[in-house]
Amino acid sequence: MERQGGIWRIWSPRILRTQAFRIVLIYLFVFAVSATILVGFTYWNTVRALNTQTDQTIRAETAGLIEQYQRFGFRALDDAIIGRSMRGGQGLYLLADGMGRPVAGNLAEWPRGVVRDGAFIEFDYQRYVQGELVSRRARGQSFLLVGDNFRLLVARDVYEHQLTRKLFTTALPWSVGLMLLFGLIGGAYLSRNFLRRLDTINRTSADIIAGKLTRRVPVGEAGDEFDALAENLNRMLDRIERLMKGMREVVDSVAHDLRTPLNRLRNRLEELQHHTDPDAPFAADIDGAIAETDRLIATFNALLLIAEADAGVARGSMNQIDLAAVVDDVAELYAPLAEEKDIALTVAPSGVTMIEGNRTLIGQALANLIDNAIKYTSAGGHIAVSLGETPAGIVLSVADNGPGIPPADRERVLQRFVRLEKSRNSPGTGLGLSLVDAVARMHEAKLKLDDNAPGLKASIVFPRPPPHKEKRSE
Amino acid sequence: MRILVVEDDLEAQRYLVNGLKEAGHIVDDAADGEAGLTLALSHPYDVAIVDRMLPKMDGLNVVAEMREHGNSVPVLFLSALSEVDDRVKGLKAGGDDYLTKPYAFVELLARIDALVRRRAPSTVKTKLIVGDLDLDLLTRIAVRAGQTIDLQPREFRLLEYLMRHAGQVVTRTMLLESVWEYHFDPQTNVIDVHVSRLRAKIDKGFDAPLLHTVRGAGYMIRAN
Repeated sequence: MERQGGIWRIWSPRILRTQAFRIVLIYLFVFAVSATILVGFTYWNTVRALNTQTDQTIRAETAGLIEQYQRFGFRALDDAIIGRSMRGGQGLYLLADGMGRPVAGNLAEWPRGVVRDGAFIEFDYQRYVQGELVSRRARGQSFLLVGDNFRLLVARDVYEHQLTRKLFTTALPWSVGLMLLFGLIGGAYLSRNFLRRLDTINRTSADIIAGKLTRRVPVGEAGDEFDALAENLNRMLDRIERLMKGMREVVDSVAHDLRTPLNRLRNRLEELQHHTDPDAPFAADIDGAIAETDRLIATFNALLLIAEADAGVARGSMNQIDLAAVVDDVAELYAPLAEEKDIALTVAPSGVTMIEGNRTLIGQALANLIDNAIKYTSAGGHIAVSLGETPAGIVLSVADNGPGIPPADRERVLQRFVRLEKSRNSPGTGLGLSLVDAVARMHEAKLKLDDNAPGLKASIVFPRPPPHKEKRSE
Repeated sequence: MRILVVEDDLEAQRYLVNGLKEAGHIVDDAADGEAGLTLALSHPYDVAIVDRMLPKMDGLNVVAEMREHGNSVPVLFLSALSEVDDRVKGLKAGGDDYLTKPYAFVELLARIDALVRRRAPSTVKTKLIVGDLDLDLLTRIAVRAGQTIDLQPREFRLLEYLMRHAGQVVTRTMLLESVWEYHFDPQTNVIDVHVSRLRAKIDKGFDAPLLHTVRGAGYMIRAN
């Protein structure tokens, strides 16, 4: 069943949308048109050559008969016609009187339609073939014998030509039709092969984006351009994996190498504080130094968290979490703070919304957004936290009616350490939104800053989780 | 209390040992994983403080090995590594708590106190009592001096945590981790706001305050 499903997937209408199939279609169209033109031209040329040949024969015969007539008179012509008529074959002769009544020849009557003298004309006539009377086509020329008031018709049967023509007219649609059919089958086969190999590459890429950095594109034996592509991709993936690993190592060693001296610094300051009389003149300086150290540590921690989110360090710690529960928790945590500032913090109710994520980091991101909103909204303001599913994905948004961020600055505030002029003196590291952005990126989500008219609406748009993990037969 | 400190940064080790001794504890120290494990398995400690990265034997392995030998001494991991991923690893390996360097010494003290208290065998309590404040864990009703106090669910959990650690310093981070179950930096003093609301409910209008602020450390609930 599984396998059949796979084949069906590959043979599905998706094939019609592949580049390979489109190329085949275009190629087929051009080929069909040129083949039709070629065969048509050959047909036209053949017919013309056959007619010319017939016409020349008729002209020669006519010339011979006219010469007989001019040199030896009517009787000789009559004899010659009778003689030639006896020979059989394709030659047709008829000598008729002024009323059109036959005098000599192998045609029973003057054919209808032959009225103009001198020009080549095609007509039908009756003839016995193996004892049966059949209608056949002929081509010929008629003359008026001046003086005797007789008319002479010299023609040839063109039944063979007709057969040749018929051959062409039946062969042409058949051959074009077959060509189209084979072309389509070939095209579909080609596209399916393309699709199958590209599918493998696409699937591997998706796995790698999802964090399975060790996956590689299988390389075939053929050594064709797809194998070359697979090899190049794999080489690229090796390098990316190495870089990611390097980045993790850097994050870890930066963490370790900076935390150790920071730890010693804080330890010493604390020791100093501990051994100093709180009323000593420099006791306040020590307290201040500790407070500065803690600010330094907070900034460092935020930077490290951004680096970790970017390096995908925390990918391993993602699991199914209920986003709605995180929203409720964090909003509840900040509610009293908002209330103290006389700001209404509302949470729109939403059902259970499961996503694959890191609860701590999403909690931190949401805390940063709500904390920012509380900082920048003045008393009497309103902050609305909402979570909802839209066609674009799962949207978690925090909207306030504070001063907002001018459109020109929205891109800039996501950069590290950027703080807008008016907020420079309020507490904070300037990393809050960068961290939210990094957490969003780690979850393949997007942080969007919009105008809440007035105020700021910050939304994290998470991709919709797949309904269920697709099982693959490999 | 008898405390084992396994830390390879000698400067940090000296500070830890001195601090703990000054706080009245008996301290043994080791500078690498193997020595730490040997000590842990041969002496009865109340709590062990283990650095995450150690020479000879990684901190995670030391604790895993201790647990393997049936040793259930509460362990506090100290780590200079990045936090998000490593905390989970530390707790999975058998650690009971996790503190990232640099830390405040009061935070460390409060946490080891909490660890030891948690471990102390006690009959399942259905009622917590501090002074004239009763907290019934079954009916979820708080009564002070005969007066019922109306608490929100989160306030109840906050009060419960404080009362379970009555007489001990409880830091803001500990409250965020235990009552809200999050390990992030809340940017602002949100916890203080929650505590002051709780204080308004349980202390306002009563003679002696039960909920105290410990300067530079956190909070403590105790009857005078």
